[in-house]
Order: sequence, then structure tokens, then C-alpha cells
Amino acid sequence: MAPAKKAKVEERRGMLAAIMVTAVALPGIMMTPFMIASSLLTAWLGLASLMVARFMLPNVLAEPPRKFKIGSPNDFDLGTVATRFVASQGVWIVHTDQYQGKNMIYALLSVCTHLGCTPSWLEGEQKFKCPCHGSGFYITGVNFEGPAPRPLERVGLRIAEDGMLEVDKSLKFQEEMGQWTDSNSFVEIA
Amino acid sequence: MSVGDYIRDSQIWKSIFRHPAPTDRRNRVVVMLTNFFLHLHPVSVKQQGIALSYTWCMGGITFFLFLVETVTGVLLMFYYRPTLEWAYNDILALRDVTTLGVMREIHRWGAHAMVISVWLHMYRVFLTGSYKPPREFNWVIGVLLLVLTLLLSFTGYLLPWDQLAIWAITVGSNMARATPFLGHEGPGAQLLNVGGFDLITNASDARFILLGSRFVGESTLNRFYIMHCVAIPLVVAGLIMIHFWRVRKDGGISQPL
Repeated sequence: MAPAKKAKVEERRGMLAAIMVTAVALPGIMMTPFMIASSLLTAWLGLASLMVARFMLPNVLAEPPRKFKIGSPNDFDLGTVATRFVASQGVWIVHTDQYQGKNMIYALLSVCTHLGCTPSWLEGEQKFKCPCHGSGFYITGVNFEGPAPRPLERVGLRIAEDGMLEVDKSLKFQEEMGQWTDSNSFVEIA
Repeated sequence: MSVGDYIRDSQIWKSIFRHPAPTDRRNRVVVMLTNFFLHLHPVSVKQQGIALSYTWCMGGITFFLFLVETVTGVLLMFYYRPTLEWAYNDILALRDVTTLGVMREIHRWGAHAMVISVWLHMYRVFLTGSYKPPREFNWVIGVLLLVLTLLLSFTGYLLPWDQLAIWAITVGSNMARATPFLGHEGPGAQLLNVGGFDLITNASDARFILLGSRFVGESTLNRFYIMHCVAIPLVVAGLIMIHFWRVRKDGGISQPL
């Protein structure tokens, strides 16, 4: 049995070697030097294009982190809109009891749902007003005037392990899709 | 019909290449004449013209390196910001966190090689007497290209914004203080005054124009960046075109006339 098995292995090895030699030699026989040269040039250009495309994708981003702590819940009084994170992070921190009668804190994204401008919080009129086309939103974030088709979006908010509020901008909650009932979209104050 | 024939018979192919495959002498000539990039090259070259022992291919290598520097340089510009805050950091980031950031080393080594090859090209042209009439004008263009290559090297040296760069440019630009008439420490500068008022001071001389300030600072970085990436390469590209064109018009590449 043993010698026959050995012969079979050698036969397979021979075939494998023949295939490899053919794979290398065949282009050499079938192709003219011009074809080989242009194939190599095409392959090199293709590889170079892929490398350039990869080079254009940075491995490190100089963007502010998507998750950040904003302080204790006690820092945000009932009935106020904190505007101090708008310039750096693009969110308002709202503490109100006007949405479904619940005493809660949530983070609204300061991006108008019309065309993406940044609205202003008008303390006297108790509304978010977009300077671009006049869209208005209640303190709850729900739209009531102007061309904006839907309420402002909430981002993730939770109480972190150390008791601080933590915003997570990688999460997004839209009222019209029923996502504002999600427990990650607000922090209820007892 | 093979795939190759199908492609070559398509309207798209024929609209770009208006001639058959270059399989005979006539079509090889037509290829050279109807292709924008190939038409810069002469239709035929004397056998001696491609003899490496005669030309060393140093002009060709210099041009190749110029293309390498252009491609890698454009790519590096995507990651480099010429400001005091970011310049050095961006250079480190190219090494540490950017995939294929080795592009920067290629750019640097290519620059060294280009300075060497452009000198060797000049040396070869001198040895073979190729600066003699009617090629004397092209020698002058070549001298301008040499100076511009050195200036590219000089301006690029500042961009990493490390201690070596800052002090090398400080020392290098101090030479401009001694420019006759245009440097404030140069001979004749004191003659340029109107009614006792000096026209050439350390805030108005050649060095100040080069640096954009009295010492190497952010305005210097900005000036050198623009000269390195835009101004000098544009002038060099224009002079290269004239240089190559004159090679053909003045009797072809490296052969006795």
C-alpha cells in the first residue's frame, strides 16, 4: 500500500508543478513583449490608483469626540435651555416638563430640519428660531411655524456611572418616527 | 471577433485613437503625431540618442523625478497644513497614523535625487559640448531650471517646521542680507537713500521679501509653502516645455550636428 500512495503523491506534486510552470510561462509564450509590458503597466496603474484611494482615507480624525460629559443634572434648571454647547458641539441641553408632562432633560441637535442652518434659542419668545427661512420650534423641539417639515432631532443622553450627564451624538432620535419614547433619548428627573 | 477587436472597433476607442495599431512604420509615425503626450517626443530618434553611455539619461531621470515629486507632493498637500500650530504635527502624523505616509519619504529622497541628477545632467551636457551653438539658449534655460530646482529644494526644506528647518532657512536666508544694493548689509545698499532716508533696511530688503518678516516665522512658512507648491513648479513646468521643445528644434538629442 505504502509505495502506491507515495507514487500518487508524487504524481500530484508533478501536476501541481506543471500547472505552476504553465501559469508563469504561458503568458510569456502567448503574449508579445508589448502585451506583457502593457499588462504590467495596467496592473501597476491599477495598484497605484488603489493606493492613492487608500491614502485619501485618514486613519485619525481631528473631530471633537461624539460622546462627551456635560456636567451634573443639577447644573440644568427646570424650564431652561442651555446654549453653551452649541458652538463647540452643536447641541442644546433642555430641561423642561412640557413634553408629555414629564420632568426630563434631553439634548436637541442644533440643526434645522429644513435645510440644516443653526437656529437660535429665543428666551423671550420661548422658541427656537431659524434665521435662514424662519422655521420655529417649541422648547420641546416640535416645529410649529415656517418651512421645517418635522421636529428637531434628539441625540443620545444618559446618566454615566459617575452621575454626570453624557451626550452621545452617534445616536439620533426622531419624534415623527416615535423614537422620543426611547429611554436613551432623555433623562427623567424624579 | 475577440474582445480586443470589439473594443478597437467601438466608436469610443476610434474617437480617441484615430489610427490602426502601430504594427508598421507608417502607423508608428501616425501614433506619435496624433497622440498629445507622444507628440512631444520626436517621431524618430537616432540610435546614438538612446545610448546610455552618451546621455546617461540624466535629463530623462530628472524629468521622471520631477513627475514623482509632483504626484507625491500633490498627495502630501492633502495632509499638510502650513501653520505654526499644525505643520510639524502633520509631518509626524504622516509617519505615525497615515496609511502610505511613506509618500513623504519618497518626496524627500526624490528631491535629493533630483538635485543630484540635474547636476549630473549639466555635467554631461558640458562634457559632450552640447552647450555650443545652436544650443546655447537651451543651456541658459537649463541653468534657470537648475536654480529653480535648488530653490524648490530650499523652500521645501522649511516645510517640516522642525529646528533643522527653521535654522537652516535662517542661515540660508541670511546670505540675502549681503545682496548687492538689495540686501541691507550688502555693498551699495547705503547709496540707495533719498534725503537721508534709507530705502533698503532690514524691513525692505531682499531677505525681508523672501521671509515676509524680519525673522523666520509664520509668514515665512506661508510664503515658502506657496513658492514650493505653486509658484516655482508652474515656472519650472513652463521652462521644461521650452527646454524639451528646444532640444528638438536645435538639432535633436545629444548628437554631433
